[in-house]
Amino acid sequence: MVPLTHYLALSLLLFILGVVGVLVRRNLLTVLMSIELMLNAANLNLIAFSRQLGDLGGQIFSVFIIAVAAGEAAIGLAILISLYRLKGSVNLDDAAEMKG
Amino acid sequence: MRATSLLPWIPLFPLAGFLVNGFFYLISHSKLGGKDAPKGPHGGGHGSDASGHGPAQGASAHAAHTAAQTGHGSGHGGPGGHGPIPFAALHSVVGTVSCGLSLLFALLAIGSWWGETHGHEGLVATLWTWVPMGSNPTWFGAKALSIDVAFRLDALSALMLFFVTFVGTLIHVYSVGYMGHDAGYGRYFSYLNLFMFAMLTLVLGANLPILFVGWEGVGLCSYLLIGYFWDKDFAADAGKKAFVVNRIGDLGFMLGIFGCAALFGTTDFGAMFDMASKNPAVYGAGGLMTAVAVALFVGACGKSAQIPLYVWLPDAMAGPTPVSALIHAATMVTAGVYMVARCNVFYRISHEWALKTLGEGATVWGLLTHDAAFVVAVVGCATAVVAATMGLAQTDIKKVLAYSTVSQLGYMFLGCGVLAFSGGMFHVFTHAWFKACLFLGSGSVIHALGGEQEMTKMGGLRKLIPHTFVTMFVATLAIAGVPGLAGFFSKDAILAETFAAGHPVLWFFAVLTAGMTAFYMFRLMRMTFWGTFRGTPEQLHHVHESPPSMTIPLWILAFGSLLVGWIGIPAFILGGENPFERFLEPAIPPLPPDWTPHPHHLSLGTEWGLMGASVAIAFLGIALAWRFFSGPYPFSVPERVATALPGLYRWVRDKYYVDEFYERVFVEGLGKRFGRFLWEVDARVVDGVGVNGTSWLTLQISRISSWFDLAFVDGAVNGIADTLQAGFRGYRRLHTGRTENYALTMAAGVFGAVCLWIILR
Repeated sequence: MVPLTHYLALSLLLFILGVVGVLVRRNLLTVLMSIELMLNAANLNLIAFSRQLGDLGGQIFSVFIIAVAAGEAAIGLAILISLYRLKGSVNLDDAAEMKG
Repeated sequence: MRATSLLPWIPLFPLAGFLVNGFFYLISHSKLGGKDAPKGPHGGGHGSDASGHGPAQGASAHAAHTAAQTGHGSGHGGPGGHGPIPFAALHSVVGTVSCGLSLLFALLAIGSWWGETHGHEGLVATLWTWVPMGSNPTWFGAKALSIDVAFRLDALSALMLFFVTFVGTLIHVYSVGYMGHDAGYGRYFSYLNLFMFAMLTLVLGANLPILFVGWEGVGLCSYLLIGYFWDKDFAADAGKKAFVVNRIGDLGFMLGIFGCAALFGTTDFGAMFDMASKNPAVYGAGGLMTAVAVALFVGACGKSAQIPLYVWLPDAMAGPTPVSALIHAATMVTAGVYMVARCNVFYRISHEWALKTLGEGATVWGLLTHDAAFVVAVVGCATAVVAATMGLAQTDIKKVLAYSTVSQLGYMFLGCGVLAFSGGMFHVFTHAWFKACLFLGSGSVIHALGGEQEMTKMGGLRKLIPHTFVTMFVATLAIAGVPGLAGFFSKDAILAETFAAGHPVLWFFAVLTAGMTAFYMFRLMRMTFWGTFRGTPEQLHHVHESPPSMTIPLWILAFGSLLVGWIGIPAFILGGENPFERFLEPAIPPLPPDWTPHPHHLSLGTEWGLMGASVAIAFLGIALAWRFFSGPYPFSVPERVATALPGLYRWVRDKYYVDEFYERVFVEGLGKRFGRFLWEVDARVVDGVGVNGTSWLTLQISRISSWFDLAFVDGAVNGIADTLQAGFRGYRRLHTGRTENYALTMAAGVFGAVCLWIILR
């Protein structure tokens, strides 16, 4: 049986990949995908602990997260399309309206 | 039916007539696009017009002549080319019937009143409370005062009511003929009905303010009807003159009303006279009653054309002749006498107080300043004499009658002034008949001659217009004081009372006036009806008797002039009492035989002697006029007098230049100077200090306010904003607007928080 630490390590790796993707990439599509990566890292973490502890609560949570992620992707893609229509690009550098 | 429930209807009928006539006149007027505004004398252009006024009458009279007046008014156009007068039949019917209903109800009311009280007391019909002032008796220190809209029927108002409605109805009927083809027919009748309403309100008013409402109402109608031919300057000016002069009198009247309200705390006739006659010493003290009575008399002077306010009445002849007869001879101008007679208690108290204060050594000046009744007597007598002399040299037939009216009004006031109020009222009553007859007769003459008013262009009309001649002759005999006719008895009553009151000087002038009256009236008759015709042949050809709608009222009034005097036959002739005085006793209490100031009693011989003197002077006047104005025109004797004394003749003919004097002193001098002064005040004080000063002050204040606003209010706002901006400039840089920066911050924050949690755990 694969020990818990492996799962946790993979989950950590995926999360760091997601964070770095969100921080460094300029394409909004890529940023959304990176967010999905982070959510899935969290799912993996939950499921690993669920299995380790024999508690189904973690798996139920991950199902919730998948549902929330689906909604988040839908809204995010809608924003992306709106942004493209407005600006003609999906580059985050072009959407800097909140500059003070 | 009770008299009190009939009373309110009496003035309401003419009011309804006014509304209906006015409504239909306005409808037709707007439909025709303003055709009234009479285009001058409607075809009366040739109503030759030496005197410079009178074409107005020419207008209606001539139009009426051409269109063979019958009163239904379905006229063919007059010479001026006017079409039929719209609603003429309706105006005639509504105008006369509303007035006739007033007469009917007045007679019914007088009948029920007599049945209920036998004339001993007044009945009051209170309709509603008009001014409910004074639930708190100490309201601003004033006494409680409550004014009702109420009508009073007693002997005095019954007398007035009877002849006002009777003569009024006759003159409405006459007007149907006289005004028949005037384009303003409906306007004329609505004004005339409004006048009847106001006059009846005046007569029936149960307190001074209601009387005043009627008083102002008749003043308004007088103004409207004098200026009836308002496209003529002289008519419009005469209307304005009447209105302004009357306002001067009305100021006095109002002061009198205020004085009554202050003295008695009420203005109701019954209550006031009751209080005054019970405590004459209290109310007379200090001359308060004199002041009130004189103020009321000033009002009477304006309305009844007494010196110095008589000047409007001769000019008022610019109105249509029936108006002169109704308003400016028979009814409205006697309202002043009526009011003074109504307030007879005041004058009596004033007289008693004056005699008590002055004692034995009463001088004329002392009486003038203390005794309101004496003031009335002197003013009345002076007016009677002065106006009679003015009438001597007038050549305009209506002007002679106008000055005669002023003079006769003076007579009435003389009667009131010597405390012979019933004598004064008797003359009011008889005068209404013969003067209305004379005016309507003169209207008939003017009508016959196509608008001619100059007596120098008349003559020899006796045979041509016999009805007019006979009726006018009867009325002339009556006014001249021929024994047996109306004027004789009333004039004699005043003369006898004046003598009895111990005023031989006033008596002398009054007798002189009687002689002059007889003289100028017979001069008028001689110049108009005797001799040869002096007008143009065209006029002679046109001369015609007036239609029955005009001659029937003339005959009725002539019969009145013949007979009404007998109701006031003096006590000493038949024995017993004077029936007229007895009738008025409840309203005008007679002086007791042992009256303290001085008994008004004459011996039988003196009475007959005085009567003989007045008859003698009347016949002397008649004889002189008969002699002077015979033979061919110009008459030799008057002509000789005029050439011998040219200055005196001009002075009398031009009415002593009183109008010019008033014009110079009051209008040009005081009036215009005062106007200029007011203009200066307006320009300098009101505009300069008031308006411009206020605007300057406002500008300065707004400057300060603006500076304050900029410096402090805006400064505070901007200052706070600037401070905040400067203080937080550095923090702006944190907001790059880049999502990844925010994400990085968040991630760093989470990382830091976790690290902190691990370390601190």
